[in-house]
Amino acid sequence: MMSPPEALPQKRPQPQSLTDLFLSFTILALQGFGGVLAVVQRDLVEKKRWLTREEFVEDWAVAQTLPGPNVVNLSLMIGSRYFGWRGALAGVAGMLVCPLLVVLCLALVYTRFAGDPQVAGALRGMGAVAAGLITATGLKLAPALRRHPLGVPLSVALALACFAGIALARLPLVYVLFAVGGLACVLTYRALPEAAA
Amino acid sequence: MSIAMDFGDWLSLFAHYLALSLLTVGGAVSAAPDMHRYLVDERGWLTDAQFSASIAIAQSAPGPNVLFVALMGWHVGLNAGGLGPAVLGMALCLGGIMLPSTALAYFATRWGHENRNRRDVRAFKQGMTPVVIALLVATGWILATGNGYRLDNWPLWLVTAAATAIVWRTKVHLLWLLAAGALLGWFGLV
Repeated sequence: MMSPPEALPQKRPQPQSLTDLFLSFTILALQGFGGVLAVVQRDLVEKKRWLTREEFVEDWAVAQTLPGPNVVNLSLMIGSRYFGWRGALAGVAGMLVCPLLVVLCLALVYTRFAGDPQVAGALRGMGAVAAGLITATGLKLAPALRRHPLGVPLSVALALACFAGIALARLPLVYVLFAVGGLACVLTYRALPEAAA
Repeated sequence: MSIAMDFGDWLSLFAHYLALSLLTVGGAVSAAPDMHRYLVDERGWLTDAQFSASIAIAQSAPGPNVLFVALMGWHVGLNAGGLGPAVLGMALCLGGIMLPSTALAYFATRWGHENRNRRDVRAFKQGMTPVVIALLVATGWILATGNGYRLDNWPLWLVTAAATAIVWRTKVHLLWLLAAGALLGWFGLV
């Protein structure tokens, strides 16, 4: 947005320029082995503090529900909030340009190393760590439920239903997103006061 | 393998990815089965091995997983005659998968931000909160148990559990943890 005032109090840390946005997202993306989200949460929420935990979860809800790569959607949303469409472009470009070059370099050497058992082992080990990073990101965001309009028991029950559907029953994401998510949105709508707090 | 691509072929490649873009809820990987059907089975532009390698390389590299789409275009172009077509194929596939979803995300975000005080917008964002938090934990669970629930996978599960606990409770840099996982795997410990 080009007119930030009421949503963004003056003292709050934020990206200084388009270059800052581009470089920040480039650095985030280049650290994201097996998923960039854990790095985004750690850097933007805990270190740079461009977003609070609650804002991050809400943005992530939108990024996840829209079609397209989630972290690219998220970088677009954050970029556009500070610098409009140019910020959106800078965020998306930061997420994609350098990682694309890295991926191409890997593709050029891939055939030489693909069969190496040590390389395969290293990738397996990194995969196991990456699974832990994404799980921990979810756990770190969970305290956001404390202030949920539905109250803790109901919002935790919805979260558990979603976890069971995806992780245990292995239902397709779209069904769970629309069934549990739709129910959660309707319940929240009824629980919210009419005017903004 | 070697293939011939004319203008119409490039155009249909681009159009196919444009059409897939808005179906990629949950990430571009959700459309991978259809990409396989189109590129490998129907058109014969990619070998099965190239298709799998595109996904494997992108997953082992840093950055968003959507880059596997760029690699598919890259490999189609290589099959069609070299680096020039490879760059073209990459641009068409990545551009096709990104343009519609990114445009939608941009306008949806602006609309949502301008209407952020509306009750339905707040209900959507806050209502989805428990769902997306659970999705993250579920994604980690699925990644960790991708090889099934066989008990001899326990060293990998231990690594995942340790990484979860460390990231959740400490501020250790994530790259150290990834490096540790890579070393454990390199030496065959997990």
